[in-house]
Amino acid sequence: MNNTNNFANNRLVNWFKLSSPSTFYPLAGKLIPFFWILTAIFGIAGLWVSFFVAPVDAVQGQGYRIIFIHVPASWMSMFIYLVMAAWAGLGLIFNTRLSAMMAQALAPIGAWMAFLSLWTGAFWGKPMWGAWWVWDARLTSELILLFLYLGFIALQASIDNPRRADKAGAILALVGVVNVPIIYFSVKWWNTLHQGASVSLTKAPAMAQTMLLGMLLMALCFWMYSIAVGLMRVRTIILEREAHADWVRQLDEVKN
Amino acid sequence: MWNSAADFFAMGGYALYVWSSFGVCATVLLLEPFIIRARNKAIMRRLKQERLAEQFDNKGSQ
Repeated sequence: MNNTNNFANNRLVNWFKLSSPSTFYPLAGKLIPFFWILTAIFGIAGLWVSFFVAPVDAVQGQGYRIIFIHVPASWMSMFIYLVMAAWAGLGLIFNTRLSAMMAQALAPIGAWMAFLSLWTGAFWGKPMWGAWWVWDARLTSELILLFLYLGFIALQASIDNPRRADKAGAILALVGVVNVPIIYFSVKWWNTLHQGASVSLTKAPAMAQTMLLGMLLMALCFWMYSIAVGLMRVRTIILEREAHADWVRQLDEVKN
Repeated sequence: MWNSAADFFAMGGYALYVWSSFGVCATVLLLEPFIIRARNKAIMRRLKQERLAEQFDNKGSQ
């Protein structure tokens, strides 16, 4: 009995404490400026490399520069979905309020990333392929990802009881995870118009070092941005859903 | 790489595609924090009003 208590005190307690909205709310508030600074640093460096360092492409001319936002947006759209589904799953298993709020906070930014991926893809496809849109495996599965995000948001919004909304949303999010590997491997599994992976873990990147650097810097910028915006939204959601809790009433920003 | 500002904005003939992509991307990413801030302001206003209403009630019952 004593041992279990010690174990809980030494290790688990910190995590469970963090999973309480009242502890997480001020912590998130402190972290947000930090992530905005990182977003700005990586964004400025990334844009500078994208436009002034990376050389012109031999085949696609200057038009290829869309890659510097297209690839990061696509990566983030998939990555955020996985993180969102993981939070939703944790919420389902441990019944923690904060996990479900995190999933809810990530959905809109993920949807925007999927939208940007499709939008920049269309504006890249038109000059290079001659078509804004084709029903190609990569493009179609990315469109399904956008619909999964929108479906998750709409489903949660349509259920009045927040806890039931969390559960229904979590199941949708977890089922939708199957789509992420389909997007990722679509260019391998099917003959697609979309080019293969630009960066792969198994072989050397098929592009100039500076192009790769620009893409990675922009990806880091998008990543930090998503964290900053996710934390901002989760704080608002916490206030909305914990509005009747005492700790919310005692917050300085509510008192003054 | 770029000889002039005009050369930069022309993007080697791909101006429409490059700037539409970067422009919409920047617009979305800049707008998002403002949408959240508006939502945050709405809940803050509600919380403050509820707090005032409570204080008012407490005074009335004394």
